[in-house]
Amino acid sequence: MSGWRLPSGGGIDRDKPLGFTFDGQTLTGFEGDTLASALLASGPRILGRSFKYHRPRGLWGMGGEEPNAILDVTGPDGFTPNARATQMRLRDGMALTSVNAAPDAARDRFGIMDLAHRFLPAGFYYKTFMALGWMRWEPMIRRMAGLGRVDPGHHPAADAVPMNARCDLLVIGAGPAGLAAAKAAAAQGRAVWLIDEAGEVGGSLRWRGGQIDGGDWREFASETVKAVEAAGGRVMTDTTLWGAFDHGLYAAWQRREGQPDRHWRIRAATVVLAAGAIERPLWFANNDLPGVMSAEAALHYLRLYGAVAGRRILLATGNDASYPVAAALAETGARVTLADARADGPNAPEAVELLRGARLTKAKGAREVGGAMVEGGHVGADTVLVSGGYTPSVHLWCQAGGKLDWNAGADALVPRPGTCSMAVAGAANGGFGLQHALEEGHRAGTGTGRAPRAATTGDWGLIPMRPDPTLKGRQWLDPQNDVTLKDVKLAAQEGYRSVEHLKRYTTLGMATDQGRSANFAGLAAMSAITGLSIPETGTTTYRPPFTPLPLKTIAGLRRGELFNPVKRLALEPQHRAQGARFREYGGWLRPSVYGDGEESTLAQAEAKTARETVGLYDASPLGKIEVIGPGAAELLDFCGYIRMSTLKPGRARYGFMLSETGIVHDDGVVFRLAEDRFIVSASSSHVASVRMILEEARQDRFDPRRSYIHDVTANWVTITLTGPRAGDLAHAAGLPDRMLALPHMGVAEGLWNGHPLRVARVSFTGDLSYEISVPARHGADLHARLEAARAAHKGRWIGLEAVMILRAEKGFILVGKDTDGLTMPHDLGWGGPRDKRKDEYFGRRSLFTPEACREDRRQLVGLVSEGSDPLPVGAHLVASDGPRRSLGFVTSSHVSPTLNRPIALALLEAGGSRMGEALTAFHLGETRSVQVTPACAFDPEGGRLNG
Amino acid sequence: MQIFTCPFCGPREETEFHFAAEAGKHRPEPAEEVSDADWADYLYLNDAPKGAAREVWVHATCGEFFVMTRDTVTREITDVTALPGRDG
Repeated sequence: MSGWRLPSGGGIDRDKPLGFTFDGQTLTGFEGDTLASALLASGPRILGRSFKYHRPRGLWGMGGEEPNAILDVTGPDGFTPNARATQMRLRDGMALTSVNAAPDAARDRFGIMDLAHRFLPAGFYYKTFMALGWMRWEPMIRRMAGLGRVDPGHHPAADAVPMNARCDLLVIGAGPAGLAAAKAAAAQGRAVWLIDEAGEVGGSLRWRGGQIDGGDWREFASETVKAVEAAGGRVMTDTTLWGAFDHGLYAAWQRREGQPDRHWRIRAATVVLAAGAIERPLWFANNDLPGVMSAEAALHYLRLYGAVAGRRILLATGNDASYPVAAALAETGARVTLADARADGPNAPEAVELLRGARLTKAKGAREVGGAMVEGGHVGADTVLVSGGYTPSVHLWCQAGGKLDWNAGADALVPRPGTCSMAVAGAANGGFGLQHALEEGHRAGTGTGRAPRAATTGDWGLIPMRPDPTLKGRQWLDPQNDVTLKDVKLAAQEGYRSVEHLKRYTTLGMATDQGRSANFAGLAAMSAITGLSIPETGTTTYRPPFTPLPLKTIAGLRRGELFNPVKRLALEPQHRAQGARFREYGGWLRPSVYGDGEESTLAQAEAKTARETVGLYDASPLGKIEVIGPGAAELLDFCGYIRMSTLKPGRARYGFMLSETGIVHDDGVVFRLAEDRFIVSASSSHVASVRMILEEARQDRFDPRRSYIHDVTANWVTITLTGPRAGDLAHAAGLPDRMLALPHMGVAEGLWNGHPLRVARVSFTGDLSYEISVPARHGADLHARLEAARAAHKGRWIGLEAVMILRAEKGFILVGKDTDGLTMPHDLGWGGPRDKRKDEYFGRRSLFTPEACREDRRQLVGLVSEGSDPLPVGAHLVASDGPRRSLGFVTSSHVSPTLNRPIALALLEAGGSRMGEALTAFHLGETRSVQVTPACAFDPEGGRLNG
Repeated sequence: MQIFTCPFCGPREETEFHFAAEAGKHRPEPAEEVSDADWADYLYLNDAPKGAAREVWVHATCGEFFVMTRDTVTREITDVTALPGRDG
């Protein structure tokens, strides 16, 4: 309990107190507070427990780098797990809960884990529990480790708004460098978008303050905002630029008070990265104790929220930037000791005790800071502020493909010029100090003339600060994932010396802060151990997102039904009125069965009716690709396995399309309507790919002026009548008798009631069938006419489940279900063209490779099984005696209501030569006897085709 | 998200396009004269160059195939051309 609030000052509204709770404790903050500032000012220090050892953890930073203050928040906007306290605004009535602690952060009963730390080094869980059966122990380990709890009932609204935008210049970060860049570019009339993660522009100026061009920085900032807006640009705060992608695409997450988030996709002609730098921690024993904080963050909380980190403060540093922090804290009345690791430095600020050449070696205290050791002497302190230098925020630079160089002056890896199209300015470039930032920003915004001038100049006199392996006690490198210096030593010992291996072995930098405070220390420690320089040691790969963001923001409206929208039938309302139940089949929402009751029972009844009288089904999704022109026949001959140039107009032929590897890609009927006009009925889920195979050949092999390809699938409604009374029903519905007299595999076009009509005698069921197609806008009319005649002929609407039974009875395949990625046409009994065709066609050569000629290829067969239940699809076929090697598997399986027994199709090794053979079907430990038969189980002579 | 330029439709996002083939890779014919090894090379061995690449792509929304020259490292598109005989 050491943080406190100044009686005045800061950007909060003291007239608007906000009540909230933390782990059940009632506290008060003010309008304008973040969760972090309100907690800091209210006193609680233990905000959570660490991932592995359950060590108490307190507030460290002020933004996305915060590793410790992660909370589950219940607020007016609902439940947010794992909210970063530094980045969420306080709202009245919020309930905050610490994560990975039971019952709460202050009293966590797993705190005992820390006593076992010497037995839990990096890799402990893998080494130990993999041998003991990970699956058994995993639930327990997961309960003891981790962060917030996800509420499975939580379904946030799909309300994030996706937005697309373009600009001349995108400036990432509205600190001094970003402001200078934006101002310079706007002065030239360029449309500038200036984006910052914080709630207002200014960056570090907001807490460090500063004079620019003789006035307060706020004047400079507001002039910049005005200039940007006047030039057609935009200033967006509370907006995180979270990812840089190919070809200048940037993604930004904009948070809006009381409104849904926006997700921006911004294409920028040029970009200035002015993302600043993040303060590094220092490494000493117990450097993870609550009460150890970033010095920069302490100044941030003081200036913006009037919140003071402690009353007796030790500030340990190795640079000049900490001196104004010490001075500001001393002004509040806190007792401040400044321990500077350097022998020389600026003069001691007023009322600050300055120790020169003084290194902090240990923080004392069991649960929070109670003192410290500096150069072997005890220093009384309730708070330890540290500054180990600054790490430039180069994430987006690296995401965009940029490389890094070592800059010894800045003691940091900085962007290597020329490796990325972005410009970089200010602290992100290692240019520390206000004047540096302004000059670099001005230049990056291609400003002409004099850059804005700051009142102070000079750099920060940084000296390198590193973990010291000779110190006693545990030094934390990654406080969120509980990685200590010792773990890095262990990783190096075990050979995990590459940073990418180090990261994966120890989990260093893999926490939700993405190593902002941890990576540099890990890199420096590994470099010290291996004797390689930091640039030689390298960095891990930077990947989006820069800061974790809700997945719902990225998903936007593409959720639920809109995630992968189904195609819908023009006659869906009519089918619904008939009691249809719908399901997705190959991307189309189609009737599965009609009526109430158990689905398989209904499907049986529908299939039976279709065999006895007549069934009607909506076949509209069947592909209709028109191939037109004098070169159409030649094109289809090349693209198909079965020749279509010999087909006569008015006739249809079943065919296959192969891939160039000889594998069956699709099957279906091709109609020839005229010499120069064909329709390819591709399977409903293969229409797009079949069209592309045709297009590629048309454009890249033939004269594209001689043929044209047009996918008209959606333009037609097709209803199929199938069964002995199909012709009677069609006649009763008024279809022209001329068309009903077509022979099997005949097709005719004409006019019917003044609109186009196409009738085809093709059958997917083995029974007399008519495929009746009309333009989609006349579909309802066709439906009504058939419906009016249906009952008199004992017809029934049948869903896809019944159609599946009917086609399986006949051994008709579905490509992709009854075939797999190895099936060739001769495996399906269609070896004719392979043997006889002499002309070139797509996939031909692949049908003659040694693999394609093997005798033991898997071939399509039917199966008769014992019992009344269908075989499980996927069941493996094995020899009834001898070794249990899979010879193939069941691909389709149904009960046939007409044959009154189970039927099945299977792919079976050398299936064609095994007719009558007895095999065993094996599935999940159960076996059943089966007998191999031809694929066609019903009406093998085909007598029913003509009714 | 890369932006490719269809010679017929202009610049569009990469999700509208599919890779079709490496440009200049000719289908060996007639089939009976092609050895198994040569055919396997044609089917499966691509150069997949690091750096400059010449490829055939298709703009799936308009269905037109075209030749694109690009750098697989920098992602820079240097040229798009309609197939020979096509109006781009």
